[in-house]
Amino acid sequence: MLYREAGDFKTSYRDDGQTFPIRLDRWGYYAILAVAFLVVPFVIDSYWANAVLVPFLIYAIAAIGLNILTGYAGQVSLGTGGFMAVGAYAVYKLMVAFPGVPIVIHIVLAGAITAVVGMLFGLPSLRIKGFYLAVATLAAQFFLVWLFNKVPWFYNYSASGQINAPERTILGWAVTGPATTASAKYLICLVFAVVLAWVARNLTRGSVGRKWMAIRDMDIAAEIIGVNPLTAKLSAFAVSSFFVGIAGALLFSVYLGAAEASEAFGINKSFLVLFMIIIGGLGSIFGSFAGAAFLVLLPVFLKNVLVAQFGWPTDLAAHIELMIVGALIVFFLIVEPHGLARLWALTKEKLRLWPFPH
Amino acid sequence: MKLKLATVALGAVMAAAPAMADLVVPNLSYRTGPYGANGTQYADGFNDYFTLLNERDGGIGGERVRTPECETAYNTEKGVECYEATKGSGALVYNPLSTGITYQLIPKVAADKISLYTPGYGRTSAKNGKVFEWVFNAPANYWDGASVAIKYLLDQNGGDLNGKKIALVYHNSAYGKEPIRTLQELGKKHGFTLTELPVDPPGQEQKSQWLQIRRDKPDYVLMWGWGVMNQTAIQEAANIRFPMENFIGTYWSGSEVDVKPVGAGANGYKALTFHGVGMDYPIYEDMKKHVIEPGKASQGGQFVGSVLYSRGMYAAVVIAEAIKKAQELAGTPQITPAQLRDGFEALDITPERLAELGLPDFGPEIKMTCDNHGGSGMARLQQWDASAGKWSLITEFTEPDQEVLDPLILEDSEAYAKEAGISPRC
Repeated sequence: MLYREAGDFKTSYRDDGQTFPIRLDRWGYYAILAVAFLVVPFVIDSYWANAVLVPFLIYAIAAIGLNILTGYAGQVSLGTGGFMAVGAYAVYKLMVAFPGVPIVIHIVLAGAITAVVGMLFGLPSLRIKGFYLAVATLAAQFFLVWLFNKVPWFYNYSASGQINAPERTILGWAVTGPATTASAKYLICLVFAVVLAWVARNLTRGSVGRKWMAIRDMDIAAEIIGVNPLTAKLSAFAVSSFFVGIAGALLFSVYLGAAEASEAFGINKSFLVLFMIIIGGLGSIFGSFAGAAFLVLLPVFLKNVLVAQFGWPTDLAAHIELMIVGALIVFFLIVEPHGLARLWALTKEKLRLWPFPH
Repeated sequence: MKLKLATVALGAVMAAAPAMADLVVPNLSYRTGPYGANGTQYADGFNDYFTLLNERDGGIGGERVRTPECETAYNTEKGVECYEATKGSGALVYNPLSTGITYQLIPKVAADKISLYTPGYGRTSAKNGKVFEWVFNAPANYWDGASVAIKYLLDQNGGDLNGKKIALVYHNSAYGKEPIRTLQELGKKHGFTLTELPVDPPGQEQKSQWLQIRRDKPDYVLMWGWGVMNQTAIQEAANIRFPMENFIGTYWSGSEVDVKPVGAGANGYKALTFHGVGMDYPIYEDMKKHVIEPGKASQGGQFVGSVLYSRGMYAAVVIAEAIKKAQELAGTPQITPAQLRDGFEALDITPERLAELGLPDFGPEIKMTCDNHGGSGMARLQQWDASAGKWSLITEFTEPDQEVLDPLILEDSEAYAKEAGISPRC
């Protein structure tokens, strides 16, 4: 009744092709952005920032990155953790080597370095597909983590192999280092997440994205209609790694502040981001956010309910939490194999007909 | 009217304050994951000592101590979450039992002005209180341990390690890498060669490392392991028939959970420690009476007296003594985190004081000052007797080689000070 196209007339192609063609959606989108930028920074405390919103935004960026590669271009990757490590170590080396350059430039450069590394490891994708490619990217994961552990130059020869983020500021506000306020942490991640999601949305609905999807759906057919598999696959690896590298850079510099390769960027991280896009929905920007929210927020929520509300012992709660999250993953995949994004799309379909379905 | 309201409000605040004025010492523990078997015993000892103080003495200086627990699973991201979740509740000091989480927290505690107490783990150079104002790692740190182990080997070899081969099997993380620099320096000084054998965490897979040990035949093997890595290493050493008395683990590779799975094969294995073990201490009479028998022990008291339980308890003892000292200095039982830091810096746990606490000869004397946050660094060795199923202490407390360690600590802490922009105090 309220959620409908009727009466929402489009008078130009531009209007017709917009991301949110329904007025209510559009308003909702603007409302969420307004709340995220104008309300949340003033009410956020350090628990909400550090335990909930900052990891959510960072993982959302990583999930969008992997979704571009796996969801849109159809190339399975298990190297996400390794590529995040590249972003983290790149931003660390840049921050320490060029303290005068603004941190935002460092983070973007870290993404660019990761893009180059990602393209390098994407080369095998021109020859191998599917599970075999997954194994090749798995090799990237192990190789990169090993490299950052093995070569002391990457961690500036510190005794423990740890990297620590020094304090850097934007317009006088600290965004990395211990003095960072909760809202500064949140805002820098939010800006990156919004801009990158906007970029991803516009890439995927343009000619680049269509080429990726053509390769995903059937690479031989795509080649016949004139899609160059070399540029399409490598551009997917580059863009995806750029996103993942930025996520890694933010994870290290803004969120954790100190990291070591095998602990923070191990194979678990690759699986975590892969689960996010599978649960959220392959080939969907919204799905990346939904999947990240599901896997970041649910454990924290369950922990708070079980330990703080019910007063259970922490070990029991930790075990039950794993079981509940696991069961929910299985449940969602059975009920809706296309992820939360599909569930959301179905809800919207139904809403359009409400309250008078056929 | 306004004044009246303000008085009422002030009165309400003052009335409410004592009710929530417990001393809060969060216990960032881990009872799950590959390190859970070790973490759970430590957490029990930590909880039980504060339970004892609450039950027997009504807390410290009349204030009850709360130890809200938070599960980190030895994971740095969960550690950060736990820190953020508990710091608002008036947390006085953190003891996360993880070198990785410690590295995360070192800059954060300095910004939030909360102490971090990391006995036997964490960042070694935090011993330099001039740079690390909020971090304490007495009584001993990794480098002390490495040096004490080498001193013991020197003793065994008549003071000469020239031409000997020593292998270091280590957890490939910040924790395991800590002793390398010290061992390299000591190798230069005493003329032994050091082979470094990293084991990727969690460490169930180390066949190739032990194959290399079988081939190279080092005279001694040192181990910096934790969690499942310890049992696996000791099992592998038993499999290749490496002489157990030449195999020395660090503080964290010498508990019952590490050797028991290997059975008789682990007999003679040695490990470093910085405190006593077993239940032959008078404190356990009180512990039985006030904590275990009334059923108030953490997890039912199934690990009382074990190595890691004793270590958790020892950490709690030091924290409790620091709180007491801080209360004396501040003249009030309700101390702030900053006052606790002063308490730590003025801490002096003499052997007499330890005996008074019911733990005679349990640990070395701990004396901390503004520039020394690491105490004397004394440690001793214990050896596993598989048939009796217990650890026995085989050396007295030994001083580490400060001549080698001090310059290293200075160098590393100064590098941190430069990176983080800290100007040394004291």
